[in-house]
Amino acid sequence: MPKQEEVKYTKTHEWISVQGEEATVGLSEHAQHEMGDIVFVELPKPARNVEKEKPCAVVESVKSAFDIYAPVSGQISALNDEVTKDPALINQSPMDKAWLFKIKLSDAAQIKDLMDWNAYQEFVKQNAH
Amino acid sequence: MNDISRSDNRLSMEKSDPGRRGIRFKNTLKAKENVPAGLARKTAPKLPELSEFDVVRHYTKLSKINFSVDTHFYPLGSCTMKYNPRVNEEAAALDGFAGLHPLAHDNAAQGTLEMLYDLEKRLCALTGMDAFTLQPAAGAHSEFTGLLIAKAYFAKKGQDERTEIICPDSAHGTNPATAAMLGFNAINIKSGPDGRVNPDDLKAHLGNKTAVLMLTVPNTLGLFESRIEEIVEMAHKAGALIYMDGANFNALIGLVKPGELGVDIMHINAHKTFSTPHGGGGPGAGGIGVKKHLEEFLPVPRIKKESGTYKTDFSCPDSIGKVKAFFGNVGVLARAYAYLLMHSKKELGGIAENAILNANYMKSRLQEVYPSYSKDHCMHECVLTPPSELTAKGLKTLDIAKRLLDYGFHAPTIYFPLIVHEAIMIEPTETESKETMDAFITAMLEIKREGAADPQLLKDAPHTMPVKRLDEVQAARQPNLRW
Repeated sequence: MPKQEEVKYTKTHEWISVQGEEATVGLSEHAQHEMGDIVFVELPKPARNVEKEKPCAVVESVKSAFDIYAPVSGQISALNDEVTKDPALINQSPMDKAWLFKIKLSDAAQIKDLMDWNAYQEFVKQNAH
Repeated sequence: MNDISRSDNRLSMEKSDPGRRGIRFKNTLKAKENVPAGLARKTAPKLPELSEFDVVRHYTKLSKINFSVDTHFYPLGSCTMKYNPRVNEEAAALDGFAGLHPLAHDNAAQGTLEMLYDLEKRLCALTGMDAFTLQPAAGAHSEFTGLLIAKAYFAKKGQDERTEIICPDSAHGTNPATAAMLGFNAINIKSGPDGRVNPDDLKAHLGNKTAVLMLTVPNTLGLFESRIEEIVEMAHKAGALIYMDGANFNALIGLVKPGELGVDIMHINAHKTFSTPHGGGGPGAGGIGVKKHLEEFLPVPRIKKESGTYKTDFSCPDSIGKVKAFFGNVGVLARAYAYLLMHSKKELGGIAENAILNANYMKSRLQEVYPSYSKDHCMHECVLTPPSELTAKGLKTLDIAKRLLDYGFHAPTIYFPLIVHEAIMIEPTETESKETMDAFITAMLEIKREGAADPQLLKDAPHTMPVKRLDEVQAARQPNLRW
């Protein structure tokens, strides 16, 4: 289980944890809280090529539907079927059981552009209405 | 004392009593003889067996527990739930409209064609656009039609590289959805701190790939784009078209003509601005207005007038084709036409002025307790947020909305626009009296007091409805569907 202080974040509230050439992607604790009760998840097709900052999945809560953006470019290497079966996992365990998908990185340098925990917290604070 | 009849929530099927009948048809046996053997069903269909009186009571009871504009204040933001004058109904029910066969020849449909022709002309005059089509079925379908026109325009100019559509985050959610549906890339731009489009940010996104800028005016925060002329000029300079989402046109009618601001394409919602809210339960009716340079792309048939006779014209080689069967939802259009005939030009301006006045009255009386997103005056609707005393106790906008039902009010639009956290979007429209608005305001203030003293009361609301708080999460996660 990645610790939220140790992963990187996007401005669209995905977290990404890199293990070698592969990275795991999920939704931040802040995002799941803001979305409210999540009722539906649509993950990308297996082995699909995804592009950094382009939508690749959908999460629907009681409030609205949200696009999930690929934090980096690459190819989908694994999907978490558990979260499709039980979308509530995202609310219960966004950092652990509810990881969404894994990407085989095509350009590891893209990770550098993302925010660390401190920068992300600052970003969330600034964007609070 | 318990009202036994009121607490009886059984479905008609559950009330069924074998052998009970409403009407006994004669000669049903003969009918059976006439059905070919292979097509006759072997078992009787499962239908509720009730008397005519049972059925009347069943449906009258259901109608009494319904919330509608005819029974309750219905301040649903961005929906313009105004009073639907009954004269509209009389007009739409005229035999000449209601009884007309959709395939009738032009000669036999002169009245309907004249009505549609004149409605198009009147909408042109109101919006400052050059030509209108009334085919689209409602708002999103109008957007779809408008963007098809934009696509055809750029294709004819040989500018297929224009694949991007810019939508501010304060636009209606259907705007980026429509763009995506037509294969465009929807580019989202963030509102500035004043809740309006930031021209500098827009500039950074405009370019030779931009096809259309879609503006909702007033936007979903209930604010007028005060720098619209500058925005329009910038987009035009980049070679893009301006599409205006006119769902909120009730705030502008008789006061502002979007065509004069440089808008190239806009839609109206006949079922909002021109009464028949929510299409009277459906369907709605849309309409697209365009400037001269886009007229050739409008859907066919166009309605033309030649020496006093109205005719349908299909001879438009660059038209995007048909977008709806026949002439659109003519019944709702007839209501809109009746509504327009009832108001003089000056009175139409009064509609917008009173809609704006009512929304600002609500905002100014509520904002001390329910903080307003924007400090500025609003247009026809205002966006408020829950009091911090309530959110500190774990209460949400949803709890306030549910409690309003107990006070006899339909809840406002909630959780929209998305850019406002826990949004409460109130649109009273011009047809509500101060007395009704005051009663709503009193209820809102009372709910704040109740929630601060006893949060559970709000969390469990509604208490007086036929059903209590429904588990919406469970219903969405594990839907129990039957059809």
